[in-house]
Amino acid sequence: MAKNSSGVRVLVGTRKGAFVLTSDGKRTNWDVSGPHFAGWEIYHVKGSPADPNRLYASQSSGWFGQMIQRSSDGGKTWEAVGNQFAYDGVPGTHQWYDGTPHPWEFKRVWHLEPSLTDPYTVYAGVEDAAMFRSTDGGQTWQELSGLRGHGSGPHWQPGAGGMCLHTILLDPADPQRIFIAISAAGAFRSDDGGQTWKPINKGLRSEMMPNPEAEVGHCVHRIAMHPSRPNVLFMQKHWDVMRSDDAGDSWHEVSGNLPTDFGFAIDVHAHEPDTVYVVPIKSDSEHFPLDGKLRVYRSRTGGNEWEALTNGLPQNDCYVNVLRDAMAVDRLDSCGIYFGTTGGQVYASTNAGDSWAAIVEHLPPVLSVEVQTLS
Amino acid sequence: MIRVQLPQHLRTIAGVEGEVSLDVEGEITTRSVLDALEARYPALRGTIRDHATQHRRPFVRFFACQEDFSHESPDAPLPEAIAQGTEPFLVVGAIAGG
Repeated sequence: MAKNSSGVRVLVGTRKGAFVLTSDGKRTNWDVSGPHFAGWEIYHVKGSPADPNRLYASQSSGWFGQMIQRSSDGGKTWEAVGNQFAYDGVPGTHQWYDGTPHPWEFKRVWHLEPSLTDPYTVYAGVEDAAMFRSTDGGQTWQELSGLRGHGSGPHWQPGAGGMCLHTILLDPADPQRIFIAISAAGAFRSDDGGQTWKPINKGLRSEMMPNPEAEVGHCVHRIAMHPSRPNVLFMQKHWDVMRSDDAGDSWHEVSGNLPTDFGFAIDVHAHEPDTVYVVPIKSDSEHFPLDGKLRVYRSRTGGNEWEALTNGLPQNDCYVNVLRDAMAVDRLDSCGIYFGTTGGQVYASTNAGDSWAAIVEHLPPVLSVEVQTLS
Repeated sequence: MIRVQLPQHLRTIAGVEGEVSLDVEGEITTRSVLDALEARYPALRGTIRDHATQHRRPFVRFFACQEDFSHESPDAPLPEAIAQGTEPFLVVGAIAGG
């Protein structure tokens, strides 16, 4: 557990650039650096747990494609590294929105997950859904094609945001175990370092599918894990908040008393593995908070029993969204919770969600938020 | 010297201001100019042409001497004014939005 004399660095990806927000352990006064890569979409920025000065950023543009940027000084300076994401072999087809076959085409990197132990190893989740790995600091990328080729690939289909691999969780207790999630294919797990994969969607039910309990096709929005308890996973599905106690082999619903169980973001308190946060969104047709009230919901019981956290958040006329990669926690003694909105605010709580304040208010729409706790 | 004008975002990626001047060997074509450009500024690889197919990205256009070369063969000779350096070769981001 980090002391409050430490500092915090918040990495924010937006539709028009990246921003780095820094503060001391009090988390009251914030310095804002940016925009970095101004005018480009920054889907994700994340730091290496093995070297906090090593950051990776996904920079993309409909005009000029994909760039990967790397920093070795905590975001002060950046260098472009490799941007070639070539699918292994003949890519084949997945399903288009109307169920017809559609060729696999690389569009962008949604998520970058640095290795827990090696600052030169980083995983990339991409659209159209696939998993890549670099072991040379992002200079070259190789597909872990056992995922896309495991057999169900032709049945995957895009969610509204595209067919994206958006979640990568590395098991701190087992270096061979990786969890990923794809919209709209579902969750998958590898137990051999990414060579082979299996779908882990038993217990999910999605009424939008011809077979609501099919092995693949579920629109999983996000999965979260507490590092001390990697067999317990929490999932925000398109609809439904779910929990697994057996590393994804089975899931059960823990939506409980949530006012709506649609949403995107989900995360776990840094020191309390059964304290979980979600931001309920009205519906898949109306991507904004219910009743114009921006409310984070917290469960201290691992799901089912939820309380609304509203202190400091707008409680009228608020129609922003909180996207799937836009919530994160710090590891200070009093756990900090952070989330960004499509309205350009980043809210922070320094007391586990009891109260909130905007630490920056007028950014472009926020796509991702990550937090580094610095000693 | 071949003169190349890049859109702002690609100038930032390349770390240049204003026009780029390139030595290009052999026949002056879209392909030879872009090959020389990417050799000088490797970070531009993949931003103008697809890595694998070498096809122009859909929202990128190539103009020279007030003509559109976007749909010409990449191996077609560019105008003499480009080869002589009296006119720049333009890499343009297609206009989109309102």
